[in-house]
Amino acid sequence: MENLINIFIKSIFIDNMVFAYFLGMCSYLAVSKSVKTATGLGVAVIFVMLITVPVDYLLENYVLKEGALSWLGADFADVDLSFLSFIMFIAVIASMVQLVEMIVEKFAPVLYTQLGIFLPLIAVNCAILGGSLFMQQKAFNNIAEATSYGLGSGIGWFLAIVGIAAIREKVQYSQVPAPLRGLGITFIITGLMGLAFMGFMGIKL
Amino acid sequence: MAELFSKKNLKLLSNPLNSSNPITVQVLGICSALAVTAQLKPAVVMSLSVVAVLALANVIISLLRNTIPNRIRIIVQLVVIAALVILVDQVLRAFVYDASKQLSVFVGLIITNCIIMGRLEAFALGNKPWPSFLDGLGNAAGYAWVLIVVGFFRELFGSGTLWGYQIIPDSWYIANGGFYENNGMMILPPMALVTVGVIIWVQRSKNPELVEENK
Repeated sequence: MENLINIFIKSIFIDNMVFAYFLGMCSYLAVSKSVKTATGLGVAVIFVMLITVPVDYLLENYVLKEGALSWLGADFADVDLSFLSFIMFIAVIASMVQLVEMIVEKFAPVLYTQLGIFLPLIAVNCAILGGSLFMQQKAFNNIAEATSYGLGSGIGWFLAIVGIAAIREKVQYSQVPAPLRGLGITFIITGLMGLAFMGFMGIKL
Repeated sequence: MAELFSKKNLKLLSNPLNSSNPITVQVLGICSALAVTAQLKPAVVMSLSVVAVLALANVIISLLRNTIPNRIRIIVQLVVIAALVILVDQVLRAFVYDASKQLSVFVGLIITNCIIMGRLEAFALGNKPWPSFLDGLGNAAGYAWVLIVVGFFRELFGSGTLWGYQIIPDSWYIANGGFYENNGMMILPPMALVTVGVIIWVQRSKNPELVEENK
């Protein structure tokens, strides 16, 4: 249990998707003009990551990894399909996003209309694929660890986008040098936020 | 031949370098752009990979553009890109293993690099293969120069080296009785963002038409 909490906190603050790995920057910059839309997208990302990381974990360990197919019989014990992992992960993500979209449309139509175009766009959010690829690299011991990593990474991304959206709403009213307006200042603010998040580094739980 | 390099086609190649640069103007493909730029070498390897994937993907999708049903085009595009990225990944592993280790997951993340999806959607689906090829080349080059500039400054100021070779003379360092100290902050992730911010600043002060209106 302690281990799970450790992974969870670490993936939110120390290995933050946005500030430490710059993942999901495209939608982070494009959809952070208001706190409301940013919150919607953030929640959708948490949701999708919570599902895709464990599913990709199962895929990795029971299909793709070297020797992962040994449950099919001794003949398959040394099959190594790991070169297929990119294409499999992206297929899982694309289909999961589709599935989540249908579920949300059916059971929470209000949320669905609020999220609008952002939901399908999550399929090409690098944070999601990045989450799965880091999961593969970190070689977690069991599915619970992978799940808490997925959830934590999603929450970390959510915190980042809501934070920058709140700051950008305020920056609207300040006098930014003309060439820096908009994109430029957003980059620099993100850098400063990243420096602040680096303060969490080295925390051991 | 003259038709192949007409003015319109050359524009496809040159516009993305400056006035419609994918990173600084269209804000596409930032994710991978920042993470690999702590040193010059991975930045160059990453740029070349993206050039290869984007140009080829543009050509393939452009060839297929009349046969892809509209509803499933995203999946088709993803499959084409993923296949090309797997090829690039295998080539990197075979020939420049060190660089491919350094890039770690970011080679895989070329799949979700929004420049590639963006250009496929916006250009390759509606144009002939040759202009698509030029468009892919131009956009990838626009991406590459930003990456290489950021990598150059971060490595030079952060570690005093370029491509792994020492640039700042040893005798300059405080440890050797000099006056100079590497700025360790340049290697940390946040400074990549600030460096790109500064590039945008410089570029926009040279091209006032790119300045955003204050809404």
